[in-house]
Amino acid sequence: MTRTPLRPLARILDARQRGENPDAIERENLRLRHEAMRDSARRRAEGRLVVLAGAFVLAFGVVGLRMGLMAAAEPQEPRAELAGNPIVGQRADITDRNGRVLATNLSTYALYAQPPKLIDRVGAAKKLAAIFPDLDEERLVKDFTGTRKFLWIKKKVSPEQRQAVHDIGDPGLLFGPREMRLYPNGRLAAHVLGGASFGREGVNSAEVIGVAGIEKAMDDTLRNPARGGAPLVLSIDMTVQSTMREVLYGGMRLMNAKGAAGILMDIDSGEILSMVSLPDFDPNDRPRPLTKGDAGDSPLFNRAVQGVYELGSVFKIFAVAQAMELGLVGPNTLVDADAPMKWGRFTLREFQNKNYGPLLSVSDVITKSSNVGTARLALQIGPERQKAFLDSFGVFDPTPVELVEASGAKPLLPPKWSEIVAITASYGHGFSASPLHLAAAYSSLLNGGTKVEPTLLKRDGAPSGNRLVSERVSRASAKMLRQVVLEGTASFGRVPGYEVGGKTGTANKPIAGRKGYYKDKNINTFASVFPADDPAYVLIVMLDEASDNSGREPRRTAGWTAVPVAAEVIRRTAPLLGLRPKIEPVAASGVTLASE
Amino acid sequence: MRLLLYVLPGLAIVALAFWAYSENYETQKSLSRVRDLQRQIGIEHETLAILRAEWAYLSRPERLRDLADLNFTALGLMPLLPYHFAGVDQIGYPPEDLGPLNGTITLMSETLP
Repeated sequence: MTRTPLRPLARILDARQRGENPDAIERENLRLRHEAMRDSARRRAEGRLVVLAGAFVLAFGVVGLRMGLMAAAEPQEPRAELAGNPIVGQRADITDRNGRVLATNLSTYALYAQPPKLIDRVGAAKKLAAIFPDLDEERLVKDFTGTRKFLWIKKKVSPEQRQAVHDIGDPGLLFGPREMRLYPNGRLAAHVLGGASFGREGVNSAEVIGVAGIEKAMDDTLRNPARGGAPLVLSIDMTVQSTMREVLYGGMRLMNAKGAAGILMDIDSGEILSMVSLPDFDPNDRPRPLTKGDAGDSPLFNRAVQGVYELGSVFKIFAVAQAMELGLVGPNTLVDADAPMKWGRFTLREFQNKNYGPLLSVSDVITKSSNVGTARLALQIGPERQKAFLDSFGVFDPTPVELVEASGAKPLLPPKWSEIVAITASYGHGFSASPLHLAAAYSSLLNGGTKVEPTLLKRDGAPSGNRLVSERVSRASAKMLRQVVLEGTASFGRVPGYEVGGKTGTANKPIAGRKGYYKDKNINTFASVFPADDPAYVLIVMLDEASDNSGREPRRTAGWTAVPVAAEVIRRTAPLLGLRPKIEPVAASGVTLASE
Repeated sequence: MRLLLYVLPGLAIVALAFWAYSENYETQKSLSRVRDLQRQIGIEHETLAILRAEWAYLSRPERLRDLADLNFTALGLMPLLPYHFAGVDQIGYPPEDLGPLNGTITLMSETLP
């Protein structure tokens, strides 16, 4: 670019000759120069704007393109991630309190058929029936030759069976991967675990859902992927559970009982260390519920939780504890126990028409299990206060334990809590509760007097519940229960080394559908606590229709049936729980010093 | 000089392209290896679950009890019972070392007059 001088000499001289002002030329040139400078500055600015706009268009274009790509692309697992995916099972394992497996998953296959693809329909049916003896050959032939396009043949097949089906070699027989629930311990904790089965089924996978017990109650937790496959830890101790089941089963057979139930509970935390109900079943092969007859006769029935029975004298301790709590009596106060006692048109008798009266100390009312004595105490307490007291122990509501059956087991109560109800309730008749209710109530009474909620899940430390009775009453109650074992109705409950305390309960079974009670069918219960001087565990043993036939005539009281079984349970389980027996001092050997 | 200015970037671009190309293939290889490993980890997890289930099945209390009963003569295992506990003073400790008997031993009868 050539630069024009502001005062070109030729034009200046020219202008001077014409007598014009030469400054006008300079101003004119200056103006032109300024205009040219302005134009070039504008051009540069415009260029920059275009570049900037281009950059923006490019940047936003990239973002938009990427968004579109992401929205349209198929979802894909991140491949370059470091950690492997630890979640294998769709359902979390269940373990006992020490991490031993109670329920786990196993991958297996389901067998299905697509009849249109079958080559030899009749032959395939015949060979299948040979592999699976429970399949009906004729039915298979009918299904295969009919119009069906698809049918399930077996929900779970073992690897050997799968190989055998492979060996048939028919392209119409196909396998779908399945995850099945496995209970490696079989019957061990059948009623606690319940069972599982398949929910919605597809060819490539099937839902595993809980059908009973804790599997159903905690279904959402077990299937929650956010837990990352962490197992559900129960409060059950497998060793104790196994021992309890073994002893109870032996006891049930020895005592000719129809069923048995046992609950061992940690007295402070309410954790159930063992819960057994007999007869039981194999959760791997859960039997069908009974379609007729009494549901209580099915092995699926959990006597410990679902069985609401009139449990009898085991509830006497609550009448006594309340009377002590209210300050009406002390352990040594004498009460009227003259039997038979008349109340309106009712006559109250003792066991075998005995009479422990006329006066009996409160402690002896429990030791001798006097109906009249507790009835007198109940009348002193009054029906309302008694009902409220029992209610505070949770005896009238379904237990909050994590079993799907628990909410259905509502205790049966008389509609009106009159004085005669109060009298019968004082010795455990006229209302029904389950052994689990009893276990929780005993724990609450004897752990120092604070409310305990039973649970099947492992707890860290003991939660502090509401205070129900004072510590003094709690200790006095435990002492009375100890007396029952030392010199009362539960003398078979003595276990050397462990101070067992407990109360027996013998109740006649009500006749189903009619008024009245069976004379020769009992529910025998022993509610025990050990060690009695510093209660740590509560054990409830219940036998259904037990009778000890070793004597001249059958003995059907709890003292002869449930108590020896419970004592054996304690003898076997207490060492497993880490309780050291109190070693009685060894008698000095007969050595005499020579100097004497 | 100018020629060098044109040729050098050209060579650099070729070299970088070659590097990017081989790097791309390295990445693909690593990714597929990760995929294989992850699949293998999955299979191993499954195997682990099966082994754990099998272990639980083989060590179920019922079976252990039967085995302990069957092999009682060899093992002598029995249920833990209260009398298996003992006080510390009931434990038989090994006797104290008496020291070597290499000095002169004086019989008591010799010291007597």
